[in-house]
Amino acid sequence: MTITAAHSPSRTRRLSAWLYGRPRSQVVILLALPLGFFLLVYIGSLVVLFLNAFLETDPFSGDVIPVFSLDAFVTLFTEDVYRTIALRTIGMALLVTVTCAILGFPVAYYIARIASPRTKRILVIAVLMPLWASYLVKIYTWRTMLGGNGFVDWLLAPIGLESPGLDSLVSGWFVLVYLWLPYMILPIQAGLERIPGSLLEASADLGGKAGITFRRVVVPLVLPAIAAGSIFTFSLTLGDYIAPAFISNTKFIGNVIYDNSTLGNLPLAAAYSMLPVLIMVIYLLIARRLGAFESL
Amino acid sequence: MRQLRIPAMLVVVGLVASACGQSGPSGAPTELPAAEGELNLVIWTGYAENGTNYPEFDWVTPFQDETGCQVHTTDMTDSANGVELLQSGQYDGGAFSGDATLRLMAGGDAAPVNTDLIPNYANVFDNLKGQPFNSVDGVPYGVPQGWGANILAYNTDTFSSAPDNWDPIWDPNSPAAGHISVYNSSIFIADAAMRLKTTNDNEFGIDNPYQLSEEQFNAAVDLLTEQGAIVSQYWNYATDQITGFGSGDLLAGQTWQYQVNNLPDAPIAAVTPSDYATGWSDTWMIASEAAHPGCMYRWMDWALSPEANAQSTIYFGEAPVSQEACDFAETWQDGAYAGHCDTFHATDTAYHDFLEFWETPREDCNDDDDSTTCKSVEEWINAWTTITGS
Amino acid sequence: MTESRLTKAFLRVATGVVLVFIYTPLVIVAIYAFNPTATQTWPPSGFTLQWFGEAFSNPNVLSSFASSIVAGVFATAIALVLGTLASLAVARYSFFGRESVSLLLLLPLALPGVVTGIALSATFQTLGLKFALPTVIVGHATFCVVIVYNNVLARLRRTPRSAEEASADLGAASMTTFRRITLPAMRTALLAGGLLAFALSFDEVIVTNFTAGPGTETIPLFILRSIQRPHELPVVNVVAFVLVLLSVIPVYIAQRIGGREGAAIR
Repeated sequence: MTITAAHSPSRTRRLSAWLYGRPRSQVVILLALPLGFFLLVYIGSLVVLFLNAFLETDPFSGDVIPVFSLDAFVTLFTEDVYRTIALRTIGMALLVTVTCAILGFPVAYYIARIASPRTKRILVIAVLMPLWASYLVKIYTWRTMLGGNGFVDWLLAPIGLESPGLDSLVSGWFVLVYLWLPYMILPIQAGLERIPGSLLEASADLGGKAGITFRRVVVPLVLPAIAAGSIFTFSLTLGDYIAPAFISNTKFIGNVIYDNSTLGNLPLAAAYSMLPVLIMVIYLLIARRLGAFESL
Repeated sequence: MRQLRIPAMLVVVGLVASACGQSGPSGAPTELPAAEGELNLVIWTGYAENGTNYPEFDWVTPFQDETGCQVHTTDMTDSANGVELLQSGQYDGGAFSGDATLRLMAGGDAAPVNTDLIPNYANVFDNLKGQPFNSVDGVPYGVPQGWGANILAYNTDTFSSAPDNWDPIWDPNSPAAGHISVYNSSIFIADAAMRLKTTNDNEFGIDNPYQLSEEQFNAAVDLLTEQGAIVSQYWNYATDQITGFGSGDLLAGQTWQYQVNNLPDAPIAAVTPSDYATGWSDTWMIASEAAHPGCMYRWMDWALSPEANAQSTIYFGEAPVSQEACDFAETWQDGAYAGHCDTFHATDTAYHDFLEFWETPREDCNDDDDSTTCKSVEEWINAWTTITGS
Repeated sequence: MTESRLTKAFLRVATGVVLVFIYTPLVIVAIYAFNPTATQTWPPSGFTLQWFGEAFSNPNVLSSFASSIVAGVFATAIALVLGTLASLAVARYSFFGRESVSLLLLLPLALPGVVTGIALSATFQTLGLKFALPTVIVGHATFCVVIVYNNVLARLRRTPRSAEEASADLGAASMTTFRRITLPAMRTALLAGGLLAFALSFDEVIVTNFTAGPGTETIPLFILRSIQRPHELPVVNVVAFVLVLLSVIPVYIAQRIGGREGAAIR
């Protein structure tokens, strides 16, 4: 180390020196931009939206009038259809999540613990690539597949069945599972990979057969990953409006919000939006408890 | 939905607008403003074709080449959507049906039009000028684009002869039951009202299907809820029906000529039944806060020109608005579309009067009787959610 | 635990079935890209390359592709900056509300896109902003940040602090330590996160629909509008098919990087 003549430190050095010993200032500087952006832009927009839920609309011109009103909420609570739609959507979201977990787990397990490294890389690419295929094109293709004289009709004809058609929730279920399956496979695969082989060996050494090891060692360790994947499958189904309209000819929560906002009744759309937001915040808190955030 | 703007912006806009001066007494410009190079329109799909669909149908490119106004369009799914889009402030104008135009005029979202700046307006058929849905106290608020009916499409294998009433989509025992498609908009409630009016001796005493009392409205909603059991598709986009009719999923439905035109190879035909028909009459309007009024005025004149009006009405499947457009259609493409005006009853006033054109449901029933109240458009929209979402 | 042969066979079959399920519609899209007629019935009626020609000469295809790239690049750039800053704060410090940062950043992905869309749209309108590519970019940035954040955070948690501490002990200013020690260690996480964020932005349609103006068209918006036009549908199949083919490149790159340094850490 050479002894250099005294010189005034560079600006970054002075800043670093000032920051040293002031961890709180460091945190503030780091978080200023991201939190600023999120609180102002994202949360701020949500607040503006929810404020609109408490306003009135002129029934003829459709303008928002700055008058406090609970009309939107009254409509939502007195008309049964909004309850029906909410239950239908939540039910489908749960069904899709469970189906994705059941279909995705074997694939994730195979990729994570059984496939050779070369096969594994191919399989991971194979699971990732459909994420780049357009969501809209997938839905539209399923529509032609499920429609009259489409692929599904052709496939099922030899066994005497027909496609469920484009007016059925069964079709919607298929398509939603199809769309979100990769989002479930990837976190589970990552979670299974993180389980050290030594734990499983130890379990076997202690006399645990494969079934018991699976139940008592693997499942608890992979549960956070399943919870993480379920955040996506659940929330994406909860908010979707394109698949229900195109495939099932029905209305989900997303459709009510979308329809009312594009038809000029923002207060009703805003009021109804509070429901999925509330559901997801609760879901996220539960998932966080289960350790999902570390497994995303 | 027009948002509450921060007051400062309004002040700025007001200052700029007055600085541009030259406003006639009714708010329309007195001189044609310069072309601004851009034009943003709200349209029904098919009203501004630039050749990417069919090369021969292109009336946007000639307009762009001549005026330098680059045209950008957004399609509306129905009139309420169209109103909301124009109110967003992102557009210079658009083509709106009668149930939207009244709302835009009342809400101040559309500006009066100085027809002196639109030379082709002089050719427009008289019965389309100065109508309640496109003018206020004689001041025009737009220029007509075309008009047409909501017609009945049917599969010719299922229905051996053309139906002469709307039974195919209402009768629970219809041969098409379970394979029916109707328009996904609350305005369809008026069709239910017309069905009630033309059956069972009009037991609810319905007159104007768009201005309905509580009892009449509930009856219409009940009818639609019943119909929901045999409807398999509420169509948003024309391609919904085109795909459905083409694949054999749909056997009957309420439709526009546009869909039928796009199904040349399928066993589908369409007819205006004789018991009733609703219809729409579309008007080009300019937004009161249009950013590019020069381009918008030029577009309105161009849309009325024989070439553009003939092409757009042939493509969309509706009646043109001037004799000159009719004449142009006779010889265009070597007479491939000759008879266009007769097909669409462009000069048939009896047919025009037969149609119940879309208009906005209003709480005051749009009549002079203060004692009557009707269902508002918002109640129509909410009822539609109940009908389609249950 | 060694799985029994029966279990392994079952898993192999299950994986195969699921992969067939996943790829069948994509193969069908590819088949329809060569289908002569615009109506899509099954089985297809022939083979043609005409739609490829139309797609590549369609100015809307090319301009929407460009818009998507621009939007993706800017949204990813914003996400890289904001995501890194936030993950550094959460990984290296403890402070009040630290647990909530992850939740906050996750909200745009976890809340329905339609809610984010109408919220941003209502706010932008109230502010009188013009809807164009910048408003789209802002919308995309909201959900892209968490992708980068998660990746970088996971990496920072796995990276021991000893190297950073040693650097500080040797007299490096905190900026220098960041530049020469921390950043290189995060590099592949940034790349993986950035690629995934770009992919998400590229295919996003719901929030984009609400934040784009009349003259703005990304690829998903182009597809949305073309689906409504009977004769532009085949071009959509071509575009989708080409995009899936092109996507092998970034996916493969991300895999190579992730695999290599995943092994390094272990």
